[in-house]
Parts: sequence; structure tokens; C-alpha cells
Amino acid sequence: MRHLTPEKLQQNAQEILKEISLKETLTPKDRNSIPAQEMPSQNPLERKKNMQEVALGYFQEQAQLEALRCLQCKNTPCIKGCPVQIDIPGFIKAIGEGNNQKAIDIIKQNSLLPAVCGRVCPQETQCQEPCTVGKSLKDVNKAVSIGRLERFVADWERKRIVETPKVKKETGKKVAVIGSGPASITVAADVRREGHSVTMFEAFHKTGGVLIYGIPEFRLPKKIVQLEIDTLKKMGVTIETNFVIGRTRTITDLLEKDNFDAIFIGTGAGLPKFLGIEGENAIGVFSANEYLTRSNLMRAYDAQNVDTPIFKSRRVAVLGGGNVAMDAARTAMRLGAEEVHLIYRRTEVEMPARVEEVAHAKEEGIQFHLLQNAKRILADDYGCVKAIECLKYELGEPDKSGRRRPVEIKGSEFIFEVDTVIVAIGNDSNPLIKQTTPGLNTNQWGNIIADENGQTSLPKVFAGGDIVIGAATVILAMGQGRIAAASINKLLES
Amino acid sequence: MNKIIENKKLSENVIQVTLEAPFIAQARQPGQFILLQVDENGERIPLTIADVDTNAGTITLIVQVVGKTTFLLSCKKDGEEIAYVVGPLGTPTHIEQFGNVVCVGGGIGTAPLFPIAKALKEKGNHLTVILGARTKDLIILEDKMKAIADEFIVCTDDGSYGIKALVTQPLKNLCEKEKKPDLVVAIGPPLMMKFCSETTRPFHVKTLVSLNTIMIDGTGMCGGCRVNVGGKTQFVCVDGPEFDGHLVDFDNMIKRLNAYKKQEEHKYHECKLKNA
Repeated sequence: MRHLTPEKLQQNAQEILKEISLKETLTPKDRNSIPAQEMPSQNPLERKKNMQEVALGYFQEQAQLEALRCLQCKNTPCIKGCPVQIDIPGFIKAIGEGNNQKAIDIIKQNSLLPAVCGRVCPQETQCQEPCTVGKSLKDVNKAVSIGRLERFVADWERKRIVETPKVKKETGKKVAVIGSGPASITVAADVRREGHSVTMFEAFHKTGGVLIYGIPEFRLPKKIVQLEIDTLKKMGVTIETNFVIGRTRTITDLLEKDNFDAIFIGTGAGLPKFLGIEGENAIGVFSANEYLTRSNLMRAYDAQNVDTPIFKSRRVAVLGGGNVAMDAARTAMRLGAEEVHLIYRRTEVEMPARVEEVAHAKEEGIQFHLLQNAKRILADDYGCVKAIECLKYELGEPDKSGRRRPVEIKGSEFIFEVDTVIVAIGNDSNPLIKQTTPGLNTNQWGNIIADENGQTSLPKVFAGGDIVIGAATVILAMGQGRIAAASINKLLES
Repeated sequence: MNKIIENKKLSENVIQVTLEAPFIAQARQPGQFILLQVDENGERIPLTIADVDTNAGTITLIVQVVGKTTFLLSCKKDGEEIAYVVGPLGTPTHIEQFGNVVCVGGGIGTAPLFPIAKALKEKGNHLTVILGARTKDLIILEDKMKAIADEFIVCTDDGSYGIKALVTQPLKNLCEKEKKPDLVVAIGPPLMMKFCSETTRPFHVKTLVSLNTIMIDGTGMCGGCRVNVGGKTQFVCVDGPEFDGHLVDFDNMIKRLNAYKKQEEHKYHECKLKNA
């Protein structure tokens, strides 16, 4: 396995940068000849035993070099690929010029969470997918690494003293924000800025939503999320943790008893799907939500100091091919599993996970089993998982999603010995708010229906993020939050 | 942070904790529960609500000390604080006039049963209460239950109090009567609920049980609490905690409760040594 040390990557970048700086102007050919900068990372053999962040971030020299690869296309295909239309060529140009402050200022005009999005956005299907550089090199993975550059300037800024966003004069209007994930953080910030009082309600004892309970430390350090929450607090946002809207108080209570002038619902997608196969309630079968929440939110990996237990596994099967599946597999590895097998019914091309996560998972020794799916889970006399029966698949005609449909190969069953099965096949919408809010319309999947302004069927009530669009991405949730916040601000203006 | 107003010992391993929790006190309905985390590094465990005082803004829990978290809770003194309490969780009990209702409480299962029995009585049901426990000391809330019951039966496994029997015996007698119960609500240890359900099954008497499984969030997000009910996977935290006892796969549920048994025992042992 080839792994270049961070020092080596920095040294290489320094040398190339020195050469380039001798030239007065860079031709497109010069730019094309700059090698795509690799993300410095912890050694796979080391990191699979710790929880620290895997990707370490570009060095200044690498960032500048990577920025210089950008051709500054007039037609800006990258911006069209960005769900929140960040001026990508603009901020990249600033990095190329060594002006990190300008770069972060440009990003922040459109995005509130660049340190998060730079780490978790699926750039290869968004901004980097249409990148001219990647197209000319016929490899999307050789496109300009927009996400890594975004992360670079966000991290650069975080090391400085960041000014708390200005808040306008108090208006006396009250807004409730339900949930504390990316959509809710965005709404809280944007609404508070206009001088409205904001109270954020979170069911857990820690804020950050999926960024805290779902995404592991090794992919998104918790301190980054905490900083965003701290900023909200400094802006004067009130945070109520251990408060379940729909149970502790209902939406109707908030409107009628507590006199909130507007409400934003950003509760996320939170009802894990199971396969509906035999044996899935055996001991040792977990939803990825449960497994990851134990490890991330409750810090079960720190068994010395923390009481929440987590299953001790030897051979683990993870079902699914998304980011959550990768997170669960890599967490299991870090918790000491001898073997972790990822079972996915399509091929790697169809995997919804970020390319970087797939690569990292493989480097860490996760074994991929493609075109296979679980048929049943076998348990021993104590009800504990002892094996999983899988079925082989082949790719057939494309389905509605445009991906080729996996078709099972009859009689291809085989049994595979495991003691743990982690199910990571997605989430349905959580019914708690729907069930307790009369008049709030939802679609056939239980997602709250909101119009293009984030308005729900109830006056004064807005919604956004996964509870509206189904399990999606941080950036889409943030984008929806922006829109809903603008609608709330407009409503309260009158 | 939630302040402990009073923490008192009811018997060797059973405590009664009254906590400050005004929002929960206000919102809670019979059948609901809370999740509690004693300190920052603690585990989240579900506990049933025995009573509330909306004026004082307090909730009362009756807890059996079985592991580290409940042990740490039992060590807390009046005036000290609990890190986190969240609730009320779960779907409230459906209360209506069923007619002849039998409420069966096993051990500390009597605690969550009390508010349900009270609500059923207030709705005009004829209320029979059966309380059972291993031994006399473990019978709780006897006076409160007696005060609301039309008929009251108490039994112990060892015969140290009331009749020497398991709760299933008087339950069976009631089912055999000409005017059999219209509804049975049985809350207690999993095995007791299983056998109560088996007792009423041949008589086709609808039997509700309240399950207390392993949970993390209590809002449907983790699925750790799932049980098999009538062949379908259900979440205790949002679909329950009450289910039709004739449909619950108790054997699977009991096995799942032991998922972390070794780790839990180890933590408890370690903690008791430290606090000895």
C-alpha cells in the first residue's frame, strides 16, 4: 500500500511551487502540468487504531498549488454543481494569490459551515463533477479539489480569532428552531442576525445533530461543530437540550402557549430502516444509527471512562454502500474488530459514499463484497449472531434512479461467519412531530411537505433538511435552512 | 441539570427518587417514561414515571438498583443534581371505559402501573389490582393501589405476605369467572409479563404489557429498543412502550436485554468496589 507521509507531500509541493513562482504568468498548459495535490493523511496502519481525524488537511503550499490548477473558466461549471452556488473560481483565485482571508470571506457569503462541508460534501458528484480540469484529464478524481481547498481556508480561519457575526437591534420577535443539525444551525444564525430572539430545541444532551451523533470524530472532529454552536451562543441564541418537541412540548404548545412568532422544523431523518429479513433482531444486529451513536455521541470507544457499552466484535458485516456504511465499518475496525466486511448489492460505481471515504476504508483494510446482499441472519441458542447468509447479484437494466438494477442470481446463497451485523441502508422520516402536530402535511414517505420557501401547510411553521428531502447531504440541508430563514425573516419583517 | 428533591430507600434494592423536571411533569401522561443520564460519562437508561406533581414541577421515579447507573442514582443525596433527564417519552396509554379491568403489578412494575390504574379508575372502569413480588419487602405502593382498587389482591412467591402464589394464579381465577376481565394491564419483569400473557391467552382477554428495553435516544432514532410484535419489528420508544402481550416475542426480547450483560456486570462490580 502506497502512503506518502505528510512531510513528503509538503516537501514535494514546496519544490514545485518554487519552480512555478519563477514564471511570470501561468499558461493553461502550465496549470495542467501541476500535479493534483494529494490529501495528507494519517498512516492507515496507525489510524485504524485511533479515533483522530484521518485527513489532515492541505499545507499552505499544497493549497496554493491546487488552487493554481484551476483554469478560472468563464462559464463556471463548478458553481452550477454547488447546491448553494459558492463563487468557487473566486475563492480559489484568492487562495492561489495567497489571500486566504479573501477566500474565506467569499465562501461565507453563501455557506455557513465551510469546515464541515469541505470535509463531508460529496464533491465528486457536485462541484468537482463538471470541473473542466477533471474533464480534460478524463478523471473526476483529478478535478481541482474544491472541497479540500474549502476546508483549507476554513481551518485557516479557525486558527485565528473569528469575529462573532453582528446581530441587529432586538426586534422582540421569537423564533423556535427544532433540531440542531446543519439546517437548524443555519436558520438559527440567519434569523438571529436580523435581531429576532432564537431558541433552539435539541432532544439529545449535545447539539449538532447528525454532525455529532452520526459522523465519527475521525472524519469530522467534534470541536469543529462545537465552534459553530459556540458562535450561535455568542450571538445570543438560547439552546434547550434534552427537549423533545412532540413530547416535552408540541409545535402547537410553542405557538399557542409560548407565543413563538415562527418555527423551523429541522429534525432530520431519524428512523433507521431494517431489511425485514429473518434474524435481524438477534443480539449483535444493530442499525448504523445505534452503533454510531454509541460510539460518537456517547463515546463508547472510551470504555475506560464512559459507561455506555458497545458490542465487542470479531467479524463484522456492514450492509450498505453509503457514507454511513463506511463510517460504521471504519468505526468497527477502530473498536478492535479483526475483520470488517462491507456488503453492497451493487458495484463500487453505484456506491453513494464519497470516493475519499471508500478509498480510506479500503486502505484501512475493510473488505468489500460487491453485488451481494444479506438474505437472513443466523443466530445461536443464546440468540447471538453467528453467521449471515448472502445472495449474489448481477447488474440488470437501469432503474428509476438511473443506476443499473441489481438482480439476484438464483441459488447463489452462501453462508458467511460473523458475530455482528450493522445495517446501514438508510433512514425513514421520524414520525414524532407529524403524529403530534395536527394540520402538518406530509408525503407518502412521512416527509414534511414544504414549498420552495420552506413554508409548511401550517402558518408560521417552516421546515427544511432531511425531514423534508429525505436523507441527503449537509450542504443541501444548509441550503434549505438558508431559504427557510429568509422566509422567516421576511414574515417577521411585516 | 435536574435537582433531586428527595431520594429515599423503599427496600434493600429499591429507591424512590423525586426530581425537579417541570416540563416533564406538565406534559407527562400515564404510560410514558423518561431517559436519564446520571453524569456526563454515564449511560442513558429508560425509567418509568411513578407519579408527578405538576404544581411542584416534580416527577417521581421508583427504581430497582440493578447496575451501575441505578447504583449511582441511589448514591445521590437530596439536593444533588442529575446530569440529564429527557421526556416524557413513549405513546401514552389509551384510556377509555373498557368495563372490567385487571391491573397486575410485579415488583417495581407497580410503579408505572399506578398512574395507568388511576386513570382507568377515573374513567369509570371496575378496577381489580393484583400486586405480586418475590417477598414482602418488594411490594410497593400497596396503600395507594388499595385506595383506588375495587378489588385488591396481593401475593408473594415465598408467602411472606398475602397469598403464597405467583400473580398468574389469581389472574387465572379472574379469567375463569363468568364475567371475565375486559382488559388486563400487566407490568413487571419480562418473564412475569410473558406468563401473564400466556395465562390470559386461552381466555381471549386482551392483555397490555409495558416493555422496558435497551434504548439510547428514546425518539425512534437508534432502533436499539426494537421488539418483534406479531411478526413485525416495532420500536418500544415510539410505537410502545405498551403492546399487546399476546403478540410480543418475549423470548427474543429477554435475550436482547442481555446484549451487554458482561460489560454491564463488570462496570457495576468496578463501581461498587470503588464506592464500598
